[in-house]
Amino acid sequence: MERLHWVWHRCQTLMGRESGQGWYSSTDGLPNKNSLDTQCSPHRVSGKRRTVFAHQGPHQHEYEAVSKNYKGNAIRTTKYRLLTFIPMNLFQQFRRAANLYFLFLALLNWVPVVEAFQKEITMIPLLVVLTVIAIKDALEDYRRYLYDKKVNNNDVRVFCGKQKEYVEQCWKDVRVGDFICLSCNEIIPADMLLLYSSDPRGVCYIETANLDGETNLKQRQVIPGLPLQGGEFTPENFHSRIECENPNNNFSRFRGYMEHSSGVRVGLHNNNLLLRSCTIRNTETVIGIVIYAGHETKAMMNNSGPRYKCSHLEKRLNTDVLWCVALLIIMCLTAAVGHALWLKNIKDPVFVIDVETPPALAGFYIFWTMIIVLQVLIPISLYVSIEIVKLGQIYFIHNDIDLYNELLDSRIQCRALNITEDLGQIQYLFSDKTGTLTENNMVFRRCSIFGVEYPHEENARRLEVCAVENKAAGHTMTLRPQPEPVPSTATWKEPHSLSEKEVVPDPELVKKLNWFCSPVLPLKEGSSGTSSSLELTYITDFFLALTICNSVVVSSSSQPRHVVPEARMPLKSLEEIKMMFQRFSFSPFTALSTLSPHQVKGSPRSFTSRLFTRGKTEFLTSSTPPNSSTSETDPGKESNLETSILRDKVDLPSQEKGGNSGPVEDDIKDAKTTDICCGAGPDLETDYDSDADDDLLYEAESPDEAALVHAARAYRCTLRGRSAESLLVDLPGIGSLSVQLLHILPFDSNRRRMSVVVRHPLTGQVVVYTKGADSVIMDLAETPKGDDQAQEIDCHIKEQTQKHLDSYAREGLRTLCIAKKVLEEEEYEVWLRRHVLAESSIDHREELLLESAERLETNLTLLGTTGIVDRLQEEVPETIEALQRAGIKVWILTGDKQETAINIAYACKLLGPYDQLLRANCGSKEACSAFLDELKLEVQHGQESLTDGVEAEDHEESSSRSFILVIDGKTLDWALQEELQSDFVELSRKCKAVICCRSTPLQKSQVVRLIRDQLRVMTLAVGDGANDVSMIQMADVGIGISGQEGLQAVMSSDFAVSRFKHLSKLLLVHGHWCYFRLANMILYFIYKNVMYVNLLFWYQFFCGFSGSVMTNAWVLIFFNLLFTSIPPLIYGILDRDLPADSLMAVPELYQNSHTSKLHLPYMFWITVLDAFYQSLICFFIPYFALTGSDVGVLSFGSPINASALLIVLLHQVLESHTLTWIHVLVLLLSGGSYFGFVLLFSVYCVTCSPPTNPVGVETLQMSQPLFFIICAITTVTALLPRMFFQALHNTVLCSAALNSSHLDKVESEKYRQRMQHWNRGHSKGNRLSVCVDNPGLEASAASVVS
Amino acid sequence: MVKEEQPESVNRPDNTAFTQQRLPAWQPMLSAGIIIPGFVLIGLAFIGIGVALFVTSRSIQMLEMDYTGYEQNSPCFKCSDESVKNCMCNLDFNIDTLFKGPVFFYYGLSNYFQNFRRYGVSKDLDQLSGDMDAFLDPTSDCAPYQYDGNNKPIVPCGAVANSMFNDTFKLYQIVKGVKKLVPLDGKGIAWWTDYNIKYRNPTVKPLKNAFNGTVKPLNWPKPAYELDPSDPANNGFINQDFLVWLRTAALPNFSKLYRRITEGDYAEGLPAGNYSLEIAYNYPVLSFDGRKKVVFSNVSWMGGKNEFLGIAYLVIGSMCVVMSIVMLIVYAKFKFPEED
Repeated sequence: MERLHWVWHRCQTLMGRESGQGWYSSTDGLPNKNSLDTQCSPHRVSGKRRTVFAHQGPHQHEYEAVSKNYKGNAIRTTKYRLLTFIPMNLFQQFRRAANLYFLFLALLNWVPVVEAFQKEITMIPLLVVLTVIAIKDALEDYRRYLYDKKVNNNDVRVFCGKQKEYVEQCWKDVRVGDFICLSCNEIIPADMLLLYSSDPRGVCYIETANLDGETNLKQRQVIPGLPLQGGEFTPENFHSRIECENPNNNFSRFRGYMEHSSGVRVGLHNNNLLLRSCTIRNTETVIGIVIYAGHETKAMMNNSGPRYKCSHLEKRLNTDVLWCVALLIIMCLTAAVGHALWLKNIKDPVFVIDVETPPALAGFYIFWTMIIVLQVLIPISLYVSIEIVKLGQIYFIHNDIDLYNELLDSRIQCRALNITEDLGQIQYLFSDKTGTLTENNMVFRRCSIFGVEYPHEENARRLEVCAVENKAAGHTMTLRPQPEPVPSTATWKEPHSLSEKEVVPDPELVKKLNWFCSPVLPLKEGSSGTSSSLELTYITDFFLALTICNSVVVSSSSQPRHVVPEARMPLKSLEEIKMMFQRFSFSPFTALSTLSPHQVKGSPRSFTSRLFTRGKTEFLTSSTPPNSSTSETDPGKESNLETSILRDKVDLPSQEKGGNSGPVEDDIKDAKTTDICCGAGPDLETDYDSDADDDLLYEAESPDEAALVHAARAYRCTLRGRSAESLLVDLPGIGSLSVQLLHILPFDSNRRRMSVVVRHPLTGQVVVYTKGADSVIMDLAETPKGDDQAQEIDCHIKEQTQKHLDSYAREGLRTLCIAKKVLEEEEYEVWLRRHVLAESSIDHREELLLESAERLETNLTLLGTTGIVDRLQEEVPETIEALQRAGIKVWILTGDKQETAINIAYACKLLGPYDQLLRANCGSKEACSAFLDELKLEVQHGQESLTDGVEAEDHEESSSRSFILVIDGKTLDWALQEELQSDFVELSRKCKAVICCRSTPLQKSQVVRLIRDQLRVMTLAVGDGANDVSMIQMADVGIGISGQEGLQAVMSSDFAVSRFKHLSKLLLVHGHWCYFRLANMILYFIYKNVMYVNLLFWYQFFCGFSGSVMTNAWVLIFFNLLFTSIPPLIYGILDRDLPADSLMAVPELYQNSHTSKLHLPYMFWITVLDAFYQSLICFFIPYFALTGSDVGVLSFGSPINASALLIVLLHQVLESHTLTWIHVLVLLLSGGSYFGFVLLFSVYCVTCSPPTNPVGVETLQMSQPLFFIICAITTVTALLPRMFFQALHNTVLCSAALNSSHLDKVESEKYRQRMQHWNRGHSKGNRLSVCVDNPGLEASAASVVS
Repeated sequence: MVKEEQPESVNRPDNTAFTQQRLPAWQPMLSAGIIIPGFVLIGLAFIGIGVALFVTSRSIQMLEMDYTGYEQNSPCFKCSDESVKNCMCNLDFNIDTLFKGPVFFYYGLSNYFQNFRRYGVSKDLDQLSGDMDAFLDPTSDCAPYQYDGNNKPIVPCGAVANSMFNDTFKLYQIVKGVKKLVPLDGKGIAWWTDYNIKYRNPTVKPLKNAFNGTVKPLNWPKPAYELDPSDPANNGFINQDFLVWLRTAALPNFSKLYRRITEGDYAEGLPAGNYSLEIAYNYPVLSFDGRKKVVFSNVSWMGGKNEFLGIAYLVIGSMCVVMSIVMLIVYAKFKFPEED
């Protein structure tokens, strides 16, 4: 399928599909302030807007007028239609240069004066190529057609105006403005706005796996302020008009507004949009109105297909082809001049027909004739062959079982199909750290609160055990342990077993928290001046922040999300339960997603138990504060439309409190019956208190978030559920609390932090909790201008925290800082007003929101910091070592802290224990420049001493020492500037490895580009996250790790693997093979063409340079097209110079190819010379054997052709390194097809093919011994030199394949020596001593040198 | 092919020798171990063939005589002037020993480019296979020998037919001063396929009627249906001399079979003695610096006399042997010390 996409994509590119899709960019120049007022003049419908009316609504006229140009929902991804296939396909094909060349030749042959063959014969290559490609296109198109048909005929319920109900329709019949009703687990047929959700809070959940591969649920919100909210949605009453932007391909942005009939406008954004091909989850029914359909949906507009990259080998091939063109022109010129001279010197011969043409003109004609005759010299068919060969190579890469990940059940994905051989030439590898080298499996490790460190020793021990288990699992490749894989949702959160995610609490911290649970607690931080109570407040706030400052979605693990509702439970009773809950909804949080129908179905027992306990004890007391606080702040938030709906409900519980107990008991009865039905009844009663152990599944957008939520849970601060307006949390000693959520300021990579604004459940204050990168938070945390004591405490906290941060980083932990800020009501209102404005603005919304967030996140109070451990993937050190031995320079580009990066580098053996670290942290450009010079000198010095000290064969320990450059983001900024670039490049190329830390995505791609362009080397970038996309796209080969963080990296990559360790086989084996095969095949192809064409050329010397050929024209054309076309393909797909084991065992072999020994210009010329030699032999031995005899033209060509075929085929046997039965079969078939063809042709072709009618020629020739005598000596003589030199070469140099174990010894010895020389004499320098206690870092102890 | 059953994972690649690229393969690495005996074998075989070819070639008798009349003392000098019509000249020669039969009698032309592209193309295969439609409308390939001055179609059209070699020879043995005609066999000199399959006369009887409305080639003295008055089966397009001429030569110096000497007293060959060749000199070649010759030769299993092949086989065969010796030295030098 991928291949099809690729071809499709290429054709699209060729078609020159318009790139600008007409969606407006943010720099449109539209006023961004007061946008709501100015830009919404009611009837202005510019070209950049789309207006949508309901299809079945009262605005029929407007609908007709406006919507007729909108596309329907039918999709057509096929390129052709049945009738127009032939002209369209021909048109497409003739956009290729190769076909134009064939066409040119065919047309040239129609010019009578230069005609070389029969007219139809030169059409054959063209026809063959066109037919083959047309058949391929047709098949691919047919498959696309079937797929389209399937998609278009999916059923969906659409509101029908006549019947006043929802009726089943096909997807293709859905129009813009239709109302669609969807149930749980249905796929969304078109982009639509969410108008109604059965969820009382007006949210619904969608899974975007079909779009971006992320399986975590995303929440969508019903358009706020719809008048029909609350009750059942009635499409007939929908009178609103929707204005939105024109279709575009940006998933994350959508802007527009809805104007109700009353004239009220509501801003629309991404949060209200349901995207085509996503799946509805956890929500029973949703209704939406279609605004983009079919090809105008965002999903379809993003369907860009695989990428096309031009490989380096192909670029070099182009020069070779140019040489071939030069050769062709030389040969044709020779013939032209020769013909003119020959004509001039010959007087009045009987055999020269038209004597009037002056010799010069005749020579000119001959030039063109010769171009036709010698056309195969230009290996146009080579391009087609290369594509086929690459498809074969891709097939084998794709099918390699070693690149298959059993846990995820995923193979390697080859997305770019034409750069396979580039894998064999990589010189620089740029790797991301998190998720690429490491598992991206975040586990909470330790934390620091209030400047006090909690080491979590127990936790560390547990992690170590896990790591060992993991490693064993990874090595044996069994399906067993590690995190258990759930096939249906193969994302990062599933693979973590609870045992791994679970955090063993630190006893100290638990003790402190227990004080907190004691009845006397200081609620307001101001009320207590003592340090210990202040600390307690900090701790509580810290855990509260961990629990709520995130975007984690909670669901239950006891019910897999993907199960169809009917599958397990008697639906009816459960439905009733749910209904009852909605009727008697206790508080906002009862309607949270935890209690969504699915979960209810899944675990009725736990559900009821929770309900029961809560209803009796905690809830009634604890839910009061939020209620009162809400009513207090109501006036200040009138403008916030989003929160208004639920507010009514917030008051409900208190009114209905009295009626609670009765229905609840009914519920329990119901639940009991249900439980008995499914056989889980007996232990119902015993489980009442196991509330906390309830299986909650956290689905977070980033693994860190989940890790922190799990950590907080270990301290019994449990996030129980989430809705748009509130969060339900359990707190130790307090129980369930509803925290009113005012705002979420989501994470973005510029701010590098996220915040939530909540109303504190206990104090009722508006509090901002911020969580973010340590550097950012530390900068934002400001010392309060209060009394000295507070200031002092604060300073102390910051100081201590910084210390802890540093030590965490050295351990290789990922650090996040937690901070908070208490807002005064007035302050909040001021901010809120501007924020609402920002939110509702259509243009520049992102910028305004960013600004707004930055306004809020100031003057933070630092609470503490967390350290999260991220283990290395299995076999990463081995892989890196192998890659380095293969001569690939490995760089790590990470956004992490310097210490973290260095530690990971140690862990993955990128840094040896004796390597010398050069750290570059500069504050200014000048300093940076000076420092780079200094480092360069040092490295220079190091290398000189290395060459000096060759004799001194001591220093065992220095044997593997070299320089490692560590550079941070700021310094990198300087170094990437133009003046310092060359210094940086020069320095870095002398280092064994470079680690760039704190680098932004942009910097990553800049580094890659710098190295790629300045050093002219092949670069490979590997990463897993969205922040690596630019780097992946910049590098020659981009590899995505398909694991934990969505699919963005994979989507932009050329190859996607699931583990870092797969790189070694991909590069060392497949890369080597692919490069080797392709390079050899290209050379062979050129050889074959030159060899055969020269035979024709030599004949010109004996026919007055008149363009005669000694072969039947059909045989001539088929020689390349048929008889000798398959063997090179097989050779290019299947040949292997060395077995995979040797390549893996001796990575040094990889260097052969990336110094491009195989395809150097001299190899090209050697090949061409050999071809010349062989063609000379192949022509002149028959010539001398037959000259003077009565041999006819075709009889003369017969032994020449036959021996040329034998030479070409046997040459390939000599060049192949392996011959399997496939090779043998293909070679025999090729030879057989030639002899079969010519024999049959010479028997049956009585009057065909004038003037070179072959009748009787071959039969007569092959009945004579002379034919075989000539063929034998010609073939042997032609191949003799190559055979001899190969044998000599193999004997003398003892090639690797002959004795790979021997070579292993020799090579590694050589390598060791070289490294020794390289490293000798680095006794001085600023060596880093790192203290490492990260589990799994074996080399760490030795790293403390000097 | 070993297949492991892994039904539970759909994506798992097949673990077959083919998909995992583990097919058993022979590695054609040319090492000394293969090359030395291989070269020796090839060398010896080639030397053997070479000797056989050489000896055979030596045993073939061949007599070549130029009769262009380029030199003044040549008997045909008088005929070299194109203005002389119907010139006859005699070429006398003697044979020392018996010229073993069957003797093949060739005529040879030099510097004659029958393989010139536009010459070789200039014929109409449809005409020549007896297609009457092509008689009246010859292919344009034949131009300028397509129509004559009166716009009548030429049959057989084209430069090849038009330039047909038209010298004729009569061979006499001079026995005691008396000329004794040596019978020349003109049958079977063309390819069997040409005579029986490829070229056909129209089925019209008599043959002459088929040529109504057409003219003979400009250079021809007689029309095609009167080429051989003695043998009606040797007329039209299946005239053996015409067929021989039509099979265009590959190289500019060529010979073509004229007759075989297989009959009567000469079935065993040409006995020693004096001979006289009577040549009807019609074909001009001097204008383009061409040469004409006659060749008498007998043939062997390897064809005509050619010493090149024998020598080539001997040379290549000995080179193979030499190479294998070189290889042996190299092998001994590089291989054995390492393996000790």
